[in-house]
Amino acid sequence: MARNGAVTWWRRTEKIDGFDLSPTDTEAVHVLAVDDSYVDRKVIERLLRISSCKVTAVDSGRRALQFLGLDEEKKSNGFDGLKVDLIITDYCMPGMTGYELLKKIKESSAFREIPVVIMSSENVLARIDRCLEEGAEDFIVKPVKLSDVKRIKECMNREFRVGEGERERERGRGGINKRKLRESCELSSSSSSSPSSQSPSPSPSILSASAPCSPSSLDSPTRRLKMTISE
Amino acid sequence: MDVVNQLRRQFVDYYTSLHREGFVDDQFTQLQKLQDENSPDFVVEVASLFFEDCEKLINNMARALEQQQRVDFKQVDASVHQLKGSSSSIGAMRVKNVCIAFRSFCEAQNREGCLRCLQQVTHEYSLLKNKLQTLFRLEQQILAVGGSIPVVE
Repeated sequence: MARNGAVTWWRRTEKIDGFDLSPTDTEAVHVLAVDDSYVDRKVIERLLRISSCKVTAVDSGRRALQFLGLDEEKKSNGFDGLKVDLIITDYCMPGMTGYELLKKIKESSAFREIPVVIMSSENVLARIDRCLEEGAEDFIVKPVKLSDVKRIKECMNREFRVGEGERERERGRGGINKRKLRESCELSSSSSSSPSSQSPSPSPSILSASAPCSPSSLDSPTRRLKMTISE
Repeated sequence: MDVVNQLRRQFVDYYTSLHREGFVDDQFTQLQKLQDENSPDFVVEVASLFFEDCEKLINNMARALEQQQRVDFKQVDASVHQLKGSSSSIGAMRVKNVCIAFRSFCEAQNREGCLRCLQQVTHEYSLLKNKLQTLFRLEQQILAVGGSIPVVE
């Protein structure tokens, strides 16, 4: 059997947690986390596991594509049974950036349905816009907190309920309407009229004004940007 | 029982002082909360990874800045950016803040400023390492006498 980085990571994950990554276990969300920083990978892994997700963490966009079986040079090792429900990736990575990875995923007929979330330490509006327009589900400003992961998970569940059909129409019209879908997702999370079985807690950092564009915004009170209707 | 309470009190005081003195910020508290019986060494493990990262990156920066002529500021900046990222993820506030200043000097291609920051970041990293090792030792002592580690908000 070919051994590449993706296989090693998968095996490590399996060994450490004893997770049975059988495809029949459809309950838990399986997240593919991509980050070149060892520290950040460890943190995001823990955040996801504690949120009842299964995690496969890789250190590059290339490895992520290999894992999905999208890499031209290295074909899938037979992981087709391993469904990925969400991809969460760092933006700034050597080689392939998170943005480039996002594009490749959205260009692929097999994987474009998978929601992709971008993480970045820089709260730059232009960057966020670019990612959302390319089809990213959400954009998290690092450092990632438990509330970020919970929010994404909740929203994912809700979007699946809203229906794939609606998402298809949204995609046809481009990025703007993805924001509207997300906004209504947030709104329903803060109202109590949602029929959802989730018990969402309204996020305290919803921002309706634009975020500062300065890259040195780690001191900004907004750790993540809520999508706004474009100005 | 008194020993346990004494140790727990020591832990809380020490933890609080780390916050007060800016060594760690809220993100560190977030990580503490992610630790449980399934992952009892999580914070120690992340901290170890962070310190390894620090050493590697500081060495990279030092090497790049050693060049008397034509320092590759882009390379220095790349390492500082990485260090800023991981220090932010672990809640190492003072280290992170030095990195922010460091990046400005990289951008300005100011070698002197960079060297000063390198000194500062090395200093802050070793301070933090000592502080966290003390904190982790306290944790071990509490666990050794059958106590539980207090959760400090």
